Amino acid sequence: MSPAPVRPAADGADADADAVPTSETDPLERLVAERSIVVCCGSGGVGKTTTAAVVALEGARLGRKTVVVTIDPAKRLADALGLAGLTDTPSRIDGDWPGELWATMLDTKSTFDALVAKHAATPEQGERILANGFYRNISGALSGTQEYMAMEKLYELHDETDFDLVVVDTPPTRHALDFLDAPRRLSRFLEHRLFRMLVAPSRGLVKAVNVAAQTFLRTVSKVVGGDVVEDAIAFFQAFEGMEEGFRTRAARVNELLAAPETAFVLVASPRRDTVEEAHFFADRLHEAGITVQGLVVNRVHPPFGAATTGGADATSPSGAAAVTAAVAAGTARRAETLEGTDIGGLYRNLADFQAVASREQAHLAGLADAVAPAPVAWVPFLRSDVHDIAGMDEVARYVFNRAD
Amino acid sequence: MTIFAVDPEQFFAASRLVIVAGKGGVGKTTASATLARAAALAGLSTLIVEVEGKSGLPAMFGQGELGYDEVVLSRGGGPDGAADVRARTLTADAALLEYLRDHGWSRISKRLVSSGALDVVATAAPGIKDILLLGKVKQLEREGLADVIVLDAPAAGHAITFLQSARSLLDTVSVGPINAQARDVLELLEDHERCQVMLVTLPEETPVNEAVETAFSLEDRVGIGLGPIVVNGVYPTVDGLVSDPAAVTAAADAADVSLRAGEADALAAAAAFRLDRMQLQAEQLGRLEAQLPLPQLRLPFQFTTEIGPAELDVLARAMLAGIESLAGLPQ
Repeated sequence: MSPAPVRPAADGADADADAVPTSETDPLERLVAERSIVVCCGSGGVGKTTTAAVVALEGARLGRKTVVVTIDPAKRLADALGLAGLTDTPSRIDGDWPGELWATMLDTKSTFDALVAKHAATPEQGERILANGFYRNISGALSGTQEYMAMEKLYELHDETDFDLVVVDTPPTRHALDFLDAPRRLSRFLEHRLFRMLVAPSRGLVKAVNVAAQTFLRTVSKVVGGDVVEDAIAFFQAFEGMEEGFRTRAARVNELLAAPETAFVLVASPRRDTVEEAHFFADRLHEAGITVQGLVVNRVHPPFGAATTGGADATSPSGAAAVTAAVAAGTARRAETLEGTDIGGLYRNLADFQAVASREQAHLAGLADAVAPAPVAWVPFLRSDVHDIAGMDEVARYVFNRAD
Repeated sequence: MTIFAVDPEQFFAASRLVIVAGKGGVGKTTASATLARAAALAGLSTLIVEVEGKSGLPAMFGQGELGYDEVVLSRGGGPDGAADVRARTLTADAALLEYLRDHGWSRISKRLVSSGALDVVATAAPGIKDILLLGKVKQLEREGLADVIVLDAPAAGHAITFLQSARSLLDTVSVGPINAQARDVLELLEDHERCQVMLVTLPEETPVNEAVETAFSLEDRVGIGLGPIVVNGVYPTVDGLVSDPAAVTAAADAADVSLRAGEADALAAAAAFRLDRMQLQAEQLGRLEAQLPLPQLRLPFQFTTEIGPAELDVLARAMLAGIESLAGLPQ
């Protein structure tokens, strides 16, 4: 079987000619060889964690000391990466490669705890915060915390360890890119009117808190219970003075994300809804001044001869889609004429797959254009899920264009 | 396991609320739409409730965006004599406003939402947003506005936290209206005659593993009743598939058809791909059956990249056929 997926953006990438000392090197492989951070983002269920692991393995194969930070990996992949126990410190995976491969699973709470400890003016302040019920909820449940901590972990590994390459997987939500606004979100939360209102009593200004605010708080207490509000007040009091440190840190994380040493790789599957999500992510990154450096499309259906039938037209993605669609329509007509025979069944089956391939190519043509000149890698449907190094090597053949 | 019905109408009447849950990428929204359309074809009016905003749901019915207000996705009547399918999106902010208004706190409600204080409150008592959403669903269920309510739940693992929110909130908030709301929601979730969860998966290794894990977590930690599991994307069998180009040529000869150059290879490769994937799917379906004692509702793979009204009808009819064949299973 020869899936032979087209690689529409390869010519687009070559346009960046002056950055190509070795024109033979695959552009995605060059990212892995040269950048110090690779962030894999995309919606849930598109193979993001696997892609991150494959990129990290490639880093080790290229002789670099690489670490991959994963979020909620499938169990068997986690086992393959030596992540059986929930661990916040990277563990090394032994293998036959010149570099080093390390892996770690994001532990949102302990990352946040470390951040609090780092910014606390005194150890007592840190302890007071860590013991607070409201803080425990923030570190576990505040929307965006996981996203923010993934980036914090990335910064920490990049800045405070000697890894050459840090590869990070992002959470599988639409909010995965919320870390881009981390400073603003944090400020909004921590400098909240309610915050100032809650902190005031610690300065002995109980009377200065206006009556409206008191009424408001009392009503909130009635709805959610008094303990909850007391915990929140205690948290904001304990946190006072630490906002600035948090904000500075978050700003530095964002600078690093936008720096030339960082590459964002978009991961998608060829279904219409996930392609739309990928467009959303690409737009969101663009707004933040970040250029997508690569696109990996997983689970692509092979066109079964259709893409090559069209000859020269098939070299552009939309051309390939149109050619495949025309071929599929022809095959479908044959299937109808021959319905009821064995060869008719064979034609029906071929027509069905060619139709899927043409639709996939059409969706992806738009996406490839949207991220151009970023290189695009097409990974076909594989026989089994990836849960060992051999499986990652198989995916790597497609991601880094070494197939066939 | 709770339900083994004799016909689709009884099947859907067994519990008014059906919560559809599954990991990202398994076709959870497709399953919700299919379930709703199938219930409508069985003559039951159906309301789909979404909680995550933007999804492909309206497009499956050939419609535009959803909002907080109810819209009709497919009108009943017609040659099928089907009932209406309606849909709406719930947001925690809107549910909170409504809740406060209904409980005589309209004065503070606007301020609580507009000042962003809801974020602070929601952080103080995590799960509060989930409870507000589930509380609203409970109200819809009580009001009996539709024969069947399909809740397109957030993607699992969040589904587990989402459905567990009632129980965890009872620990954090020990008194007051939120506590009462959590109690009501918990009562609904645990009542198998009012509510059941339908898990969605794909016949592939990782989705099967995750469906099994989610099923056990939901039963153990939430105490919720599980209905049949929906398996999306199962390849239907096709007669005459052979993966050897020589056999393809023989089949062509038998029908007096001449093949173009390279055609035998393409036909054989496509057949090999299909046969190979069908075998892998059969293994995974068997594994799912062995590990999870739930009946399976298998939906056929659609050879397209997006589900529209035509595909949805095919899926809904396949689901109805699946439900009818469930009746034959032993209890």
